[in-house]
Amino acid sequence: MAGGYVAPVRRPLVEGHKSYHQITEDLCSPTERTPSRAWIIAFTLSVAVLAFGLFCIVWTIWMGTGSWNLNRTIGWGYDITNFVWWIGIGHAGTLISAILMLFRQRWRTGVNRAAEAMTIFAVICAALFPVIHVGRVWVVYYFFPYPNTRGSLWPNFNSPLLWDVFAISTYFSVSLLFWYTGLVPDFATLRNRASGLRKKIYNTLSFGWTGSAKHWQRWESLSLVLAGLSTPLVLSVHTIVSFDFATSVIPGWHTTIFPPYFVAGAIFSGFAMVQTLMIITRKILKLEEYITLEHIESMNKVILVTGTIVGVAYLTELFIAWYSGYVYEQFAFFNRAMGIYWWSYFGMMACNVISPQIFWVKKYRRSIFVTFFMSIFVNIGMWFERFVIIATTLARDYLPSSWSYYYPTWVEIGIFVGTIGLFFTLYMIFTRVAPVVAIAEVKHILKVGGDQYIGENRTHTSHQAHESHSEAHSENH
Amino acid sequence: MRQYNKEVIYGIYNDEEILLQAVRKAKSAHMEIMDVYTPFPVHGLDHAMGLSESRLHQAGFIYGALGTLTAFLGMSWIFTQDWPTIFGGKPYWPVPSFIPITFELTVLFAAWGMTITFYTICGLWPGVSNPQLDLRTTDDKFCLAFDKDEVSEDEAKAFFQSTGAEEVNSKNI
Repeated sequence: MAGGYVAPVRRPLVEGHKSYHQITEDLCSPTERTPSRAWIIAFTLSVAVLAFGLFCIVWTIWMGTGSWNLNRTIGWGYDITNFVWWIGIGHAGTLISAILMLFRQRWRTGVNRAAEAMTIFAVICAALFPVIHVGRVWVVYYFFPYPNTRGSLWPNFNSPLLWDVFAISTYFSVSLLFWYTGLVPDFATLRNRASGLRKKIYNTLSFGWTGSAKHWQRWESLSLVLAGLSTPLVLSVHTIVSFDFATSVIPGWHTTIFPPYFVAGAIFSGFAMVQTLMIITRKILKLEEYITLEHIESMNKVILVTGTIVGVAYLTELFIAWYSGYVYEQFAFFNRAMGIYWWSYFGMMACNVISPQIFWVKKYRRSIFVTFFMSIFVNIGMWFERFVIIATTLARDYLPSSWSYYYPTWVEIGIFVGTIGLFFTLYMIFTRVAPVVAIAEVKHILKVGGDQYIGENRTHTSHQAHESHSEAHSENH
Repeated sequence: MRQYNKEVIYGIYNDEEILLQAVRKAKSAHMEIMDVYTPFPVHGLDHAMGLSESRLHQAGFIYGALGTLTAFLGMSWIFTQDWPTIFGGKPYWPVPSFIPITFELTVLFAAWGMTITFYTICGLWPGVSNPQLDLRTTDDKFCLAFDKDEVSEDEAKAFFQSTGAEEVNSKNI
């Protein structure tokens, strides 16, 4: 690792002495090969799960939301739990692509494309739940303010549920724009390698991109502003989701800590999902030199930090409940930890707060095996967190005569499992259609973040050339 | 396919550092560069070519302000003029609860406005096929092009020769 443009204390972000052409080859080829047997099996499985989910959705719409175990007191159950969980998972994509871009974190280039795709698919899965839960899906457009023949009667702009409609739809569409604008130059790369029908399809997808200097200049300007817009946007989205709870007067929900606590939890679960996806993707698509151990370690650090923030939030809630001297609040939290749903509180604490502490040890941060299992744990833990907040609180409200025990019906479980199928189906289609790693962005950081230095008049082809040149270069310093 | 009816002579470079030197040299020799095509954004290229700053972010600000006004004035009009309603004892004009939607629409308008403007001014749209000088410029080659009306063929060839271009070609686009 001699001199050049590479900062000596940093490990390379792209390994294997790649040339620009090699990067194109490596990142385009997964979309050009016929699908592997593993892909076909996994895809079939995802579609089957999705089909069952669709069946359960149709069942709900046909039979009504009475097919769920919701009742007068427990108005929210699996649906909102899953909604908040999926939205949270989406947050990591925007964090990686927008916030890390503003902080000039170059390692984001290895994972941002897939993470943004994950965001979009997760938001699709999330948005499904409130839409089905309204019952009469065919009039779901009542959510939106539009001039109507009822007088005009408008939605309630004071309601956090309506804020959510605006937040989620803005978040989805802005994420889509950001993601697609990044994809356009890469689609052009795919187009220029293709022929026949494939070329026509990628020509349409690439919008006729040529790589002109002025276009790149505007493209960078657009990316930067979209990142600047997405950063407060992503923080606002989970803040508003937490308002769904925090602006109510239910003990256990009516707390000011909710917005930061929800945002930290969202980033925490999102990074865990990125890890799950990346560990599988880099292995199957052979992208270990682009999504390196450095990336995995960096993301594990984020998981450690946000997991600890979430832990502090749990403890703060307990402390404030006791310190408030407010008996309903005290009961709500006592009930959360020691009540009928103690098992989900225990699962939440174990998965979210205790288990990520393993990442203080560098060896485990850099272990693929540990990371993979931890990423699953964290997502289970974060699912429990949402369930704890929603179910435990509603099952024990102000009126002991309405106390009950909520458990989902097969339809509710089916829809949840179905969204997992939907998520993986979309993700697997994405890996076949678009480069999973942003080609242009990796090339852009190659000389500053790659493990080679390529000087003037040197074609970056051979390893030997690199060695001799970098030695010569380091002597100049 | 769009047609410009331009006779273009272009050189292919294999590294952005060499390309940047060539662009600077062309600039100091007052040779009119038609365009440069690169596989990724090369920092400093726009300055070397003397391109003016993009004003896209200014457009973004205007779109954003438009979103802010639409949301805030729209909700204010609805709740004070069109259909005044009391929700939970709040005043008719509850400004704090307008903040979330006002913010979201600001972002929505700015993002969509800027993106649509970007694709429109660049002439990029689904179904458009812009002429390409060399297909490898989206892979690993860097292309510097002169319009033959501006720069003579001999001058261009000598220039490419001296700046280390790998290939020199002509094309009518």
